[in-house]
Parts: sequence; C-alpha cells; structure tokens
Amino acid sequence: MYNFEFERPTTIADAVAALGGDEAQALGGGQTLIPTLKQRLAMPGKLVSLSGIPEMKGVCVNDDGAVSIGGGTPHAVVARDAAQHYPGLAALAGQIGDPAVRNRGTIGGSLANNDPSACYPAAALGSGATIVTNTREIAADDYFQGMFTTALEEGEIITEVRFPVPEAANYQKFVQPASRFALVGVFVAKYADGVRVAVTGASEEGVFRWSAAEEALSGNFTADAIKDLTVEAGGMIGDLHGSKEYRAHLVGVMTRRAVAAAA
Amino acid sequence: MPKDHGIGASSKRREDVRFLTGAGNYTDDINIPGQTYVHFLRSDIAHGKINAVNTEDAAGMPGVLRVFTGTDFEGVGGLPCGWQVTDKHGQPMQEPAHPVLAQGKVRYVGEIVAAVVAETAEQARDAAEAIELDIEDLPAVIDMKAAVQEGAPKVHDDLTSNLCYDWGFVEENKGAVDEAFEKAAHVTTLELVNNRLVANPMEPRVAIGDYTRHNGESTLYTTSQNPHVIRLLMGAFVLGIPEHKLRVVAPDVGGGFGTKIFHYAEEAFCTFAAKALKRPVKWTSSRSEAFISDAHGRDHVTKIELALDGENNFTAIRTETYANMGAYLSTFAPSVPTWLHGTLMAGNYKTPAIYVNVKAVFTNTVPVDAYRGAGRPEATFQLERVIDKAARELGVDPIALRRQNFITEFPYATPVAVEYDTGDYNATMDKLEEIADLKGFEARRKESEARGKLRGLGVNCYIEACGIAPSNLVGQLGARAGLYESATVRVNATGGLVVMTGSHSHGQGHETSFPQVISEMIGIPEDQVEIVHGDTARTPMGMGTYGSRSLAVGGSAMVRATEKIINKTKKIAAHLMEASEADIELKDGQFTVAGTDKSVAWGDVCLAAYVPHNYPLDDIEPGLEETAFYDPSNFTYPAGAYACEVEVDPETGKVTIERFAAADDFGNVVNPMIVSGQVHGGLAQGIGQALLEGAVYDETGQLLSASYMDYAMPRADDVPFYTVDHSCQTPCTHNPLGVKGCGEAGAIGSPPSVVNAVVDALQSAGKSVTHIDMPLSPGRVWTAMQG
Amino acid sequence: MTQVSMTVNGKSVSGEVEGRTLLVNFLRDHLSLTGTHVGCDTGQCGACMVHVDGDAVKSCNMLALEADGTEVATIEGQANADGSLNTIQQAFQDHHGLQCGFCTPGMVMTAAALLKDNPKPTEAEIRHYLEGNICRCTGYHNIVKAIMAASGQDVNAIAAE
Repeated sequence: MYNFEFERPTTIADAVAALGGDEAQALGGGQTLIPTLKQRLAMPGKLVSLSGIPEMKGVCVNDDGAVSIGGGTPHAVVARDAAQHYPGLAALAGQIGDPAVRNRGTIGGSLANNDPSACYPAAALGSGATIVTNTREIAADDYFQGMFTTALEEGEIITEVRFPVPEAANYQKFVQPASRFALVGVFVAKYADGVRVAVTGASEEGVFRWSAAEEALSGNFTADAIKDLTVEAGGMIGDLHGSKEYRAHLVGVMTRRAVAAAA
Repeated sequence: MPKDHGIGASSKRREDVRFLTGAGNYTDDINIPGQTYVHFLRSDIAHGKINAVNTEDAAGMPGVLRVFTGTDFEGVGGLPCGWQVTDKHGQPMQEPAHPVLAQGKVRYVGEIVAAVVAETAEQARDAAEAIELDIEDLPAVIDMKAAVQEGAPKVHDDLTSNLCYDWGFVEENKGAVDEAFEKAAHVTTLELVNNRLVANPMEPRVAIGDYTRHNGESTLYTTSQNPHVIRLLMGAFVLGIPEHKLRVVAPDVGGGFGTKIFHYAEEAFCTFAAKALKRPVKWTSSRSEAFISDAHGRDHVTKIELALDGENNFTAIRTETYANMGAYLSTFAPSVPTWLHGTLMAGNYKTPAIYVNVKAVFTNTVPVDAYRGAGRPEATFQLERVIDKAARELGVDPIALRRQNFITEFPYATPVAVEYDTGDYNATMDKLEEIADLKGFEARRKESEARGKLRGLGVNCYIEACGIAPSNLVGQLGARAGLYESATVRVNATGGLVVMTGSHSHGQGHETSFPQVISEMIGIPEDQVEIVHGDTARTPMGMGTYGSRSLAVGGSAMVRATEKIINKTKKIAAHLMEASEADIELKDGQFTVAGTDKSVAWGDVCLAAYVPHNYPLDDIEPGLEETAFYDPSNFTYPAGAYACEVEVDPETGKVTIERFAAADDFGNVVNPMIVSGQVHGGLAQGIGQALLEGAVYDETGQLLSASYMDYAMPRADDVPFYTVDHSCQTPCTHNPLGVKGCGEAGAIGSPPSVVNAVVDALQSAGKSVTHIDMPLSPGRVWTAMQG
Repeated sequence: MTQVSMTVNGKSVSGEVEGRTLLVNFLRDHLSLTGTHVGCDTGQCGACMVHVDGDAVKSCNMLALEADGTEVATIEGQANADGSLNTIQQAFQDHHGLQCGFCTPGMVMTAAALLKDNPKPTEAEIRHYLEGNICRCTGYHNIVKAIMAASGQDVNAIAAE
C-alpha cells in the first residue's frame, strides 16, 4: 500500500469536512478498498473511515413502513436486524461474501463501489430504494450509472438507504466459484403497483432492471409467466467463469427461481 | 480393539498443539536483527527484449540499500535442472539457461527483472516503482501446439525450436502397438486436456538469507520440502558456496504439494544479497506473486487411443501428449511428463503393448513442474477416461470391463518398464462396491430425478508409483540426484531418542508417525522419541519429501538405523546379563535372556553405553548413535478404486459432489488417522481440479486466474464427507515396513471418477456428451448440454 | 505515525503505526503474535481471522487504526487458562482437523465465532460458514467433523478412516 493519512470522525458533518480535502477517500468496511490499496491500484492521500459514526449505523422502520438502513451498517447487522421487517433484503445481506466480510462490509460501501457483481445493488434497484446522502436523496433508478459508476459526487457520503417493503421478495445468487461474488444474481420484489426485477453480475453495464420480465410478472407473478423470456447475450459479461450466452441463460433461470421462491 | 500406540495406532498428532495455539514457527515468523526486505520487480509482459533497466532513481529512494539487476548475476550460475531427458532419437533435451534475474529477455509474466533491497518492505516496493524499464514487446507463444509450429516465435533464441524433447516410450514397443491397433476389434479415442493448476499451499513462499561474518557462513531459511536439495543445488550450481559454509533451514512449512520442492530464484537471491550486503534479506511472497512465480502443475494436451479385441480385452494403448514446460525448466520439470507419467500408462491393466509419446514444449508462461501426483494423475486421468468411454461405446459395465482386464498376478512387469511387486485390484474394487453402496445407486438416482437433478456415477481405478528409486536406475534415466533417504538415530544416555531425518514434514505428521515405528521396534513410549527435520545443520544429507516417499524411503532409513541401534544394545545387554548375544530379546523396552528370568531395562542399557564402566569396550565403542542411508530397490505401487456420485442441475450445469468413496491399498499403515487425512486432502485437490481449478492465460500471456478472485479453490461447501478405506493391504515386498505411500493417491485417483460421473449423469438424460474438459464449471457443463 | 491502543487477548497494548498498517501487521510485527497468518491478499483465505469486539474479522482486511479501542482476540489467547487446549482446539486435535497448520488459527477463530452464534450447527451450516476460510490440506472432512464434535454432537457415524 501507499501510505496515507487516516481519520476516523464520529459525526457525518466531520466526515464530510474530512473528505473535503484533496485526495481524500471514504473508507467503509474496507472489504474491497483495502485489497485494492494492497495492489497499489489506488493512492488516496487520506482515508476517512466511516466506521465510527453512530448516526450512520443500524436498521429501523420508518412511519411509512419503509426500512431504513444506516450507510455504515455491516451486512451481518442487516441480515440479523432486518429479518423481521424485510426478510428478502436480510436474506440477501446474509449471502454477501462470507461471515467475516459481512461483519465489516457495509451497505454504503457496497453501493458506493457499485461492483458489477455485488449483491446489494440488486436489492436497492430491485426495491426502488432511495439512496440518502449527506446532501440529497437519489432514487435507485437514477443512482446506478454503469460498472463502478454512480450518481455520487466527490466527497458525498451515503448516510442511509431507504427500502420500501414489498409484499414478497427473493434473491437468487449463482456464485462465481472463486470470488463468491454473483456470477448472476437476481432480486425480485413484488409491490402493490408492480414487480421489479434487478439483475447483478451479468451485464457489462452493471446492475440493471429486466423490464420485460417486470412487465410479464406484474400481470402474473409466477415463474411460468416468464418461461419464454430471455435477455440478449450481447452486453452480458463473458469471461473465464461463463460466456455471455451462459450468463444470459442464467438470468432467466435465476429470475424464475426467485419468483418461485417469493410467490 | 484398535491399538493405542505403535504401528497401526491412530496416535494424535503432537505437532497439533503448537499449530492450534499459534506457536508454529513458519519461515515468515522468523525475523533476524538487522533484517532488510527485498521487493522483486517482475515482468508484466510475457515476452520482451530488455533494452535497459535504469535503477538510478530507485537507488536513491529512502531506505534503499541496493538495487540488483540481471547484470549483477552474470558471474553467477543459473538455476539448474535436476533431470535430463533423452529424446526418442537418443539426443539430450534442449536445456536453456535459467538466470536468477532476467538477462537480455523476459520470458513470462512474473519473471524477475530487478530486485530492490531496503530497510522496510514498503520502501523496497516504493523504490521498485521508480525503476525505469525499457523492454521491447516480442510476440509471445502460449499455446503448446502453436509453439512447435514452423515459424513460431522462439522462447529461447539459442535453442533450435520450442521443443524441449520428443520422447518415445517404449520406442521398441511402437511396432507391436501399431500392429495391435490394426488388428483391433474396437478402438476408442479420446482427446483431452489435463488442466493447468496452481498448487496453492496456504503458506506462500518465504526466503530469508543471512550471512555471519565471523565464520563466513550463509544461512537460508526457506519454505522448502527438501532443504538438502536446495543446499546442494544452490551451493554447488548457482552461488558456488561450499556446503560446509551453507546451511538451509526449512522450519514449519505450511503445505507444499510439490511446488516447494524446487529451487527458486528468490532463494538464491536472498542468500546472494545477504552476503553482498552483510545484512539479512527477507522476502515474503504475496499470494498474487505466488500465482506468477510458484511453479504451476499439469498442463497436458493428450490424445489417447485404446485398442480392444473381440472379447473386450485391452490389446494396446497409444498416446500422444504435449506437455507444457513453461518458459524455463524448473528443477524436476522434464521428469514429470516422462518417467512419472509414461511408466504409469499400464495402470491396473494387463495391456500387452503400450507406446507413449510426449512432446515437451517451451511457452511464455510460468515454469511447470511437479504438483501432487506429478505425471501420475495425468496418466490415470487419460487411461481411466478412455476406458470409461470404451465401456459406454461397447455398452458394457465400466466396472466389469476394468475387472476383466485387471492384472491379477504379481510381480508383474508392465510393457512400460516397471515391475509391480504386489497388489490386489479386485479386492479394492470389491471394497469400493461395498463402501460406496453401489447397489443403492439406482434408488438414489431416482430420488435425485424426483428433485429435478441428474445423478451420475463415476468409477475408476488408479495405480501410482511412489518412492521413486533406485538411485542407480534413476541415474540412467537422467536424474541428476540420488533418491535415497537418510536417518540418524541418536539415543540419549537416559534412553530417549532423537531421529534426525532427511524427510521433511509440511503437514504429513512425521513428528507423530515416525515415533510410532520406533516405539513398535523398541517398546518405549512414543513420547520418548523426538523427530528433527528441516535443517541441514542438524540432519544427515537427505532428499526430502515428495512423491509420497517419506515413510517408504525415509521411514525405512530410520528402521535401518534403529536396527543398528538395537543390535548394539543387544550386545551391551548380553554383556550386562552375562549371556550370549544370540539369546537376547527386546520387548516392551526390556532386554531378556531367552529361557531365564534375567532382564535389564532399555534405559539402563543406554546409560551403560554412555557411562561404560561395565561395558564390552574391547568389542564395541561407547555411545549409541547410528546413521543409515536407504536406497529402495523399486518403486512402491499403491493402488485403489474410487467412486463418485454427482448431481447435475440441468438448468444451470452446476455439478455437486454428493458422495465420494475411496478404497486404497497402501500396504501396511502406521497411523490410520493420518492416512485418512492424506486421502481426504488429495480428494479435495482432485475434485478441485475436476470442477473448479484452472490456471488460464490469455493469448498475450497474461494470467487471467491470478488471484483467489478468479482461481477457484475448493471450499468446505464444495465437497462432501468422504468415505475412505485402506483395509485392503498388500504390503510392499521390498521395504522393511511394507508401506507404500499415501500422500498423492487422492489427487491422482479422483479427477476421472468426477468426470466419469458427470458424463454418466448427462448421458442418463439422453445427452450425447462423451467428454468435457476440466474444470467442469457450470458454464462448460451447460454449454456441453446444449449439444 | 499514529498512536494506536487496543486490548489483545485481554492485555492492553499500544504502538505507533502508519495509516496503512494492517491489523495483521500490528499483531505479527509489533506484538510478535505470529499465530495469525497471511495467506492471500484479496480477502478470501481467512488465515488471518481474529475477533474484533467479538466478531470474526479478517485482520488483513482491516487497518490497525480501525481497531483502536477495540478488544481483539487471536489464536494465542484461545487456550484455557492452564494452557490446555480449549474445546475447539482439542476437537481439532482429536479429529485430525489440521495438517500443515497454516490455515488452522483462522479455522479455529471462525469455528469459535460460529459456535457462539449457533451452538449446534448442522454439517451444511458449518460448511457454509467456512466459506471465507480455505484449507488446502484436509479436504475439510475433519475440520467439519471437529467443529461438530466441539459443539457436543456425536460424530461417530461420520466415517473416520
């Protein structure tokens, strides 16, 4: 690693101030950033840890029924504390990485990084979540802008993520055998006003909504309703773990399984 | 009633206590006062001409002691190759120079171009980034068959081509083999890849060079399976340090699997630099570095043909294999696809005519050498796959076809130059059918079908050759080393023993199993015996641990040394009891005189040897210390039968291992618990090869699977509980313990049964799939199913 | 350099570290607690597993300064007060749950974290929980068995040898 200064503020305001300087970068749980730093693929002058900010931690239910998760909440806490309120989301959090990764990695860190194979982007997009930052609220549909790219501005911090709770939801993850990230992961959520289907791991553009499936499922929430639907192989990721065609195929399989499990 | 000590007891491992409490002493745990750190700048291109390496800025960076480049090693020897193969025309293989630091050209991603020694590891890495490289890209050759085409870029300009050797074995068989194929009633042909693997012991390699000015001695601490081999190769061939001025220590080593046999550039560098700088120099490999600097394994492309007569008897086998050597010859690389592969092509079967052709090829990739099994998995995989394919083509039961062709009489001289001393392949197959509950398979298949899964059963046999020997024969075959093993047994005055062995334990449990043998021989408690290994200053010259040789060869040396001790103690006991030496018996640590009630304890005899007041000084010397060197007269031949049941998810192609059973014949077993553990570990590595692992290069020579993010290591949820059995025992006929070796069996025997099972599952669903190359990833299986 | 203080295996410790110093480096290099190992650089292998405030954490994926003020437990602090092996450690020895020993400290720490949350895990739960710990020697058979035994379950039915 290149050396850097380290700061661990205890309030969002202090964190924002600390991130104002040149070459400052936020550190969530570090489960992606620290390996990146070890490879010397990033050279921040200062790391600002978000792990010491109590107001960014925890799971609660809002008056409107939405589940709010602090940006600095580790996956393990979501898996445990959201289980009662939004089981589909909690189950997804419980499938991220491994137990030690879940004890450190945070929802804010995951969404800010927007790895094309990460699980959380599927939940956020599939739930139509609102990403709350220190300056504004961003709808999930506007937030994800392609592989490792988001609507976040320099120095902007995800303080909270608000998930409207669906009637039913399920996440199906087909793991890449080495990294245990999603080779393809599909999050399906059924709301009163329609069904959302978000796919991670598959596309070169990062997480995406499979609108054809959403349409079909909104009329008939059964796996059968999408049995003939496929996504285009073009635009899918093809690598040593699976071809574009294979990933496109898995999107269909995982979506049907998610629907079957949720319905 | 199972034994509670001695040979055959599942004694708990004494080494576990230190490992379980964090008190292990691995090489990276060693820190020497004044220690410096080296960072190696490695080539990031596969093939290039070095025009300039400018180290000026780097040398001036904070903490930097010195920057080394290839020119610093011009007067130094290259890394030697320990085995010379002679090709089918009687010519020696092409053997390129193998510099410690790249000279003139870089030939693979990962080759060391320069080395920075600094006060801290981070300073060394900082400075390495300041080195300016002017390296001109050259076209790289990655694919073996392309590499031997006319006009292919040459990895080594001074060689005539990229062909290291073209080996034919046994050349005299060729005519008979061709004739048998002409007459065959049926011929089954299979083309396959034995996938390239990275050994990945969990402890990455570490080397620390030290130089003591007061006596001019160099010491290398290193993660090695064979410190004496490293001392010999590095001292005599690379650095020119006489052995009495060079000590090599391999303390606790966190797994080897072959890749820690070889002498590596980093070891020579640290030893060299420590002497040059008069400071200890430490290198700790990162896992990322390990992927591009540890020797890889396997990487064969093979066409095998099996000829059968009208009664389904095997009449001939013919193979053509391309074996990847990588960019340079690693220490034992040439022997792997030849003497460790061709000699095993008979397998467990009485095929009368066999011809093996191997073309070893240089490519712009990391050197390839022995990995758990080394040549024998490659032989077993192709043979057991082609037999399975033949059975399916002929519509006969794969087990029956194997049984029909089993060798049943021993000793058996194969057509590929080895003689199996003993074995009983029907017995292990019978045992397998029992422990794998093959009768219950159809019911289990139906149960899987009910859940929408395809179930398949794969069975295969294997034979391996362990304890490669004897030295005079392997010398004729091109080995540049002896293959004996050594042991010094030192009895202390109060009766305790220290065994200094040339074998090296890096997970095998020698500290526990070797004392069990001594305890059995003398009748003293196991905890009275201490095992010393891994230090050339403390152990006699020995060849280390690989090829499942430790107990068969190292253990035999220990037995021979202990026999000398027992003979001498009997003389002393006879003197003390005023009896004839011929009447002395040793049992349970007591010497007795046959037919009398006289006795003297082991400890008293030992004390007499060191306090020789009442002692036959005219006949024997005081003291009790004996050394033996044991050179086996033949290989040992463990064998077995394995069964794998898989489920295939027809929608995703994902394969899960539902059951795995292994029936092995290892001859006599010293510690059944340890033997089972060795098999378990081998099975996981074989399942890993079959389903998960693969080192994949792109066409420019970049390793795509260069970290655990892309190289899939088997995890706990990738494997089931295994059923293993080693109750079928035909003891080895030519070593004193009757043992055969068990370390590699699991890795050798398991890949074909996994692939056979997947093919069975797919064919059961009406798919016409006859073969899928490993690893059988979900994507590959799904693609194969699409037809 | 920044001052960092924490409790390690019940003892207060402190030291001067750089921003980039990893918790595992602090343990190994500053405190000479070399039982915690480094087996990879991408966070998969789990050889560096320790507990931070009771949670299993990969110490090669956490900065030392992030552990300021925490309670850290390492393999060196796991044995019983009299020095004898604790239940998990003893089960690993009894059931041959280790060979080369390099991944072992991480396996023991992970097993301890599992049993704290789930005192009687099933085989499948154990295998799943070990997703972040790689062993190259044992094939996992005896590790899973040892953890089941440590949780008080009868493992006689699982093939021993």
